Amino acid sequence: MALLHFLKPANALEAGGRDHLPVQSDAMEPELTCPECRRSTPVSRLQSRYMVCPCGYHFRMNARQRIRMAVDAGTFREAFADIVGNNPLAFPGYPEKLETARAASRENEAVICGTGKIGGHPCALFFMEPGFMMGSMGTAVGERITRTFELAYEKGLPVVGFTVSGGARMQEGLLSLMQMAKVSAAVRRHADAGLLYIAVLTDPTTGGVTASFAMEADITLAEPGATIGFAGKRIVEQTTGKRLPKGFQKAETVEEEGFIDRIVSRQQLKTTLVMLLAMHPAGGERT
Amino acid sequence: MNRIVGGAYAAVEAARSSSRPTALDYISNVFTSFIELHGDRRGGDDPSLVGGLALLDGCPVTVLAIEKGHTARQRQARNFGSVHPEGYRKALRLMRQAQKFARPVVCLVDTAGAGCGLADEQHGIGQAIAENLTELAGLSVPVISVIIGEGGSGGALGLALADQVWILEGAYYSVISPEGCAQILWKDPAKASEAAACLHLTARDALDLGVADRIIPETDFGKKPFYDSLREALSEEIQNLRKEPGLSDKRYARFRRF
Ligand SMILES: [Zn+2]
Repeated sequence: MALLHFLKPANALEAGGRDHLPVQSDAMEPELTCPECRRSTPVSRLQSRYMVCPCGYHFRMNARQRIRMAVDAGTFREAFADIVGNNPLAFPGYPEKLETARAASRENEAVICGTGKIGGHPCALFFMEPGFMMGSMGTAVGERITRTFELAYEKGLPVVGFTVSGGARMQEGLLSLMQMAKVSAAVRRHADAGLLYIAVLTDPTTGGVTASFAMEADITLAEPGATIGFAGKRIVEQTTGKRLPKGFQKAETVEEEGFIDRIVSRQQLKTTLVMLLAMHPAGGERT
Repeated sequence: MNRIVGGAYAAVEAARSSSRPTALDYISNVFTSFIELHGDRRGGDDPSLVGGLALLDGCPVTVLAIEKGHTARQRQARNFGSVHPEGYRKALRLMRQAQKFARPVVCLVDTAGAGCGLADEQHGIGQAIAENLTELAGLSVPVISVIIGEGGSGGALGLALADQVWILEGAYYSVISPEGCAQILWKDPAKASEAAACLHLTARDALDLGVADRIIPETDFGKKPFYDSLREALSEEIQNLRKEPGLSDKRYARFRRF
């Protein structure tokens, strides 16, 4: 049943961004080549298995695909979609970048928020969008996520959030940096009300998002193989002055280091979320 | 235009100068009876984050300060003010202690950015900053952060989710280094001065954006009158904040407006 709702949106970026553009096979059906096992798989087949290669490699997914994967069919109500970024610092070239991102992702900002049910449990939800400037966080993203936590606080709901981000959006300067503080304060208020926050870290979750709400959840899940870190690899390599160890900033390594509760494959994700939500009866303990 | 471009980057270069007073200079001149407290109680002690107790005009406060050092050897030992996860966790421990004893917190911020070495990633630098943000958001004691030199991105913010954020006239505060921004935008770190102008990172910009509440003039910079007037300002503001109920709600509102 869930698979039937897992339909392909008309969006070239959904298949994982620039790295893995579909290639045409003889049968004219678009295929994706797995960077792990080099096998090519028809996109339609991948879609029926949550964009996971038979070898287990997780291709990138866009936010709408995740909503279909995680949220009970027909229950998602998008909210705060009218909050969009402008160009507060008159940063050169930024309006054009926003235009391109909007055209490429068919979203108006880098996160989709709302409410919905997961296994019948009402939740406040956010899904970051890799096709929109790689999920970078500016004022609109910060405001939407803050409002999601505020809504959850008012209604006594858990928050389930999917992160994917290159970090703070530099074109909005200090205002982007302030989003880390703003969202963190909202997370704290929600937490103090005894409410549950589950973060699902997907590829890549880095920079200011890692240094704020991605790492502030009660339960932190991650997708297999996801890059999770703060500084970019290049910078760490320069600072360290030697080659980085195998598996650096990979979810599996970050779990070993103690910063992730659990790595969950997409096939297991919804079941896991439902189990966790069921163990946290609504309301929590208000302080 | 060129003058403005030069202006922002010149400010960054001046803020980086090793001849500027560092956190320890402020600690010894603004406060009295400073007692340094070491360690994160998790297995480390980071010299780039100096924490401890001190008297401010006779009142006990918790001081959390990023120290860069002056000489090459000092700067090396302090990791050039790039704080490791252990440093943020030491700060976290001392924030909780401040809360327990209803003691105001004064943060002195001076960092190009958080530590970005291999061990920093392995020890969860992002998580360490994130935890400080949620901790600071919930404190019911007054928190004042003063950006005394470099206010580099998340590494600075990890000590600057405060009731009052002040910035020295010649300091800067930015989401990314101008060089990093130039590299990402134009694949050319040499365009850092253009990037600096675009980022709106000077003290004046921070004030105009409402990110900073006050600019601290650098009159008699590094001399007794400078420190005396900073002490007076801090002391007065702490008195004011102490009278206000619901500080964490007000702090919430302060950051909510962005
Ligand atoms: Zn594969």
